[in-house]
Amino acid sequence: MYIGMACSVASMNSGAIQVMGEVLDVQRTGKYFVMSVTAPGIAERTQPGQFVTVGMGGEESSMILRRSFAIQRVQSRGIYGGTLEFVVSPVGKGTRWLTKLRRHDPLNLVGPLGKPFTLPTKAVTCVLVGGGYGSAPLIMLAESLRDRGCRVDTIIGASTEKKLYGELELKRVSTSLTLTTEDGTAGVHGRVTDALENILESSQVDVVYSCGPMPMLASVAEVSTARKVFSQCSVEESMACGIGVCMTCVLPVVGDDGITRMLRSCVEGPVFRGDRVRWSDVGTIPDGTLGKEVVRP
Amino acid sequence: MTGSVIVTGMSQAASGEPTFDFSTNVGSLELNTPILTASGCAAAGRELDNYFDITAIGGIVTKSIMLAPRSGRATPRMAETPSGMLNSIGLQGPGVESFIENDLAWLQQRGARTIVSIAGGSAEEFGKVAAKLRIAGGFDAIEVNISCPNVEDRGQVFACRADTAANVIQTVRRNSDSRIPIFAKLSPDVTDIVEIAASVAQAGATGVSVINTLLGMVINTSSMRPALAGVTGGLSGPAIRPVAVRCIWQIRNALPDLPIIGMGGVRSGHDALEMVLAGANAVSVGTSIFNDPSAPMRIQNELEHELRIRGFTKFSQAVSHAHREIDSTLQINTAIDDLDPTDENWDFISE
Repeated sequence: MYIGMACSVASMNSGAIQVMGEVLDVQRTGKYFVMSVTAPGIAERTQPGQFVTVGMGGEESSMILRRSFAIQRVQSRGIYGGTLEFVVSPVGKGTRWLTKLRRHDPLNLVGPLGKPFTLPTKAVTCVLVGGGYGSAPLIMLAESLRDRGCRVDTIIGASTEKKLYGELELKRVSTSLTLTTEDGTAGVHGRVTDALENILESSQVDVVYSCGPMPMLASVAEVSTARKVFSQCSVEESMACGIGVCMTCVLPVVGDDGITRMLRSCVEGPVFRGDRVRWSDVGTIPDGTLGKEVVRP
Repeated sequence: MTGSVIVTGMSQAASGEPTFDFSTNVGSLELNTPILTASGCAAAGRELDNYFDITAIGGIVTKSIMLAPRSGRATPRMAETPSGMLNSIGLQGPGVESFIENDLAWLQQRGARTIVSIAGGSAEEFGKVAAKLRIAGGFDAIEVNISCPNVEDRGQVFACRADTAANVIQTVRRNSDSRIPIFAKLSPDVTDIVEIAASVAQAGATGVSVINTLLGMVINTSSMRPALAGVTGGLSGPAIRPVAVRCIWQIRNALPDLPIIGMGGVRSGHDALEMVLAGANAVSVGTSIFNDPSAPMRIQNELEHELRIRGFTKFSQAVSHAHREIDSTLQINTAIDDLDPTDENWDFISE
């Protein structure tokens, strides 16, 4: 079904800038940390689904690669100018350093980066699916969709209660919110795709938006496409530069011409059409990909 | 007399500072400034134009282009290492025809000085890419990527042997306009880099680009498998800088007149200066772009500052300056440490 997706995509991150921001607040929530930072010039231009990259460990750091974070919300806060929030899961050296920062510590930021979620031009029915802290960018998305008069049914899930993220914020901005955990410690015992199947079965849905781990996105896309529902998935690929020059964060995506290409998550994504990503081939160069070398016998 | 220099007949810049001649000749390649991007770290310049004016640096060295479109390797393609990174991209690219039509055309229209990096799986392929570029025109030089460890299987690369390296350079030279400077990008993973440099110079290279990445490997201790899908990868970043400085030094020592573009882990103007003093006529900034997208412009400004406070009035005075005789007659004040010469805290502390 045609639902009039607005197509206003800057393919080269042409609005992105590099600024020195400042930490305003670091809040612990479950297994995650919410960082609030000043980001003058970035916050004002951010659209739902875009991300920032953060320099790690200061100028002389031995961690030379920036880390990427989906923006969960932007605000205009008087004297600070634009501020933004992103969620950090402290699983590595860089992310642990980040969560130990305190108010007024400087932070080197580049953004807003990547293709945002495309928003419907009409008031349509949307389902948002988030896995783990992949639900963070859905907060800003849900706000935009509600502003357009859309119905927003949100499903968030995780392996266990402590890894759920954004329950309170998403409850506030969604028409309905469903929680799932694989161990049954909160909400419905099961996976987000079970809840998604239920909604798709019982009501007319125009678009599914999703962000979370790759296997979850693969299932969300599969379920949606099987029911002929348009889906947009924000992928989580490991990046080195975040600005389109290093060719690290590629995955196989089918184009309008039916040809598979290795596209960069940072500039051609992170939001892709769910029916276009070759999910089961992520991590490989599938046969038929443009430029794949044919191995001669 | 910290940082002071006798200035005679110097014109004054609008700011009141003496003008500084930042131009450099890398053989027949004349550049307004000595800072370039390193191949594979700047795509074809377009993405970086967002963060600094790409026409304000010496030039853009584009990602190595091959004859046909190429998908590159499977992921993961990258692993962070101490002060560096390992990559195994596998030369993903659109092929030379699309490159000429889109990337080269854009660079030309933008007015950026352009050095096109080319790669190939055989000497013939290098030749064909060069021939296509010759017809298209619109660039300033060619850098020949004979040292990318991903090009051929089993780590056998052209750059490893003097004869295979020379063969590629000869083929590219034959297929290029004779006025186009050609630089051979050398691998540090060789027993004697001077021998390779001499052989590519003999084969018609205008100069050498030193150094490409070092072959490395990381094991993922969670999966207990190699971290990269390509198993091994190229190590780059500040971790390899002393290797680069050593290679530049050795080549300059043996071949005093060979133009050298230095690269390998340059993160600051100070780092760039080190390469220049060792013998580089220009310096490429690579992996640091991933850390700081405006690094080439920042490093260019920092390098100018580093040269000025040492009393140089021209970039060319600093090239190979570390090789000078102890009793050199060149009157450059070398007694400079990292302190700001205007900093007079010493007196304050002694009281």
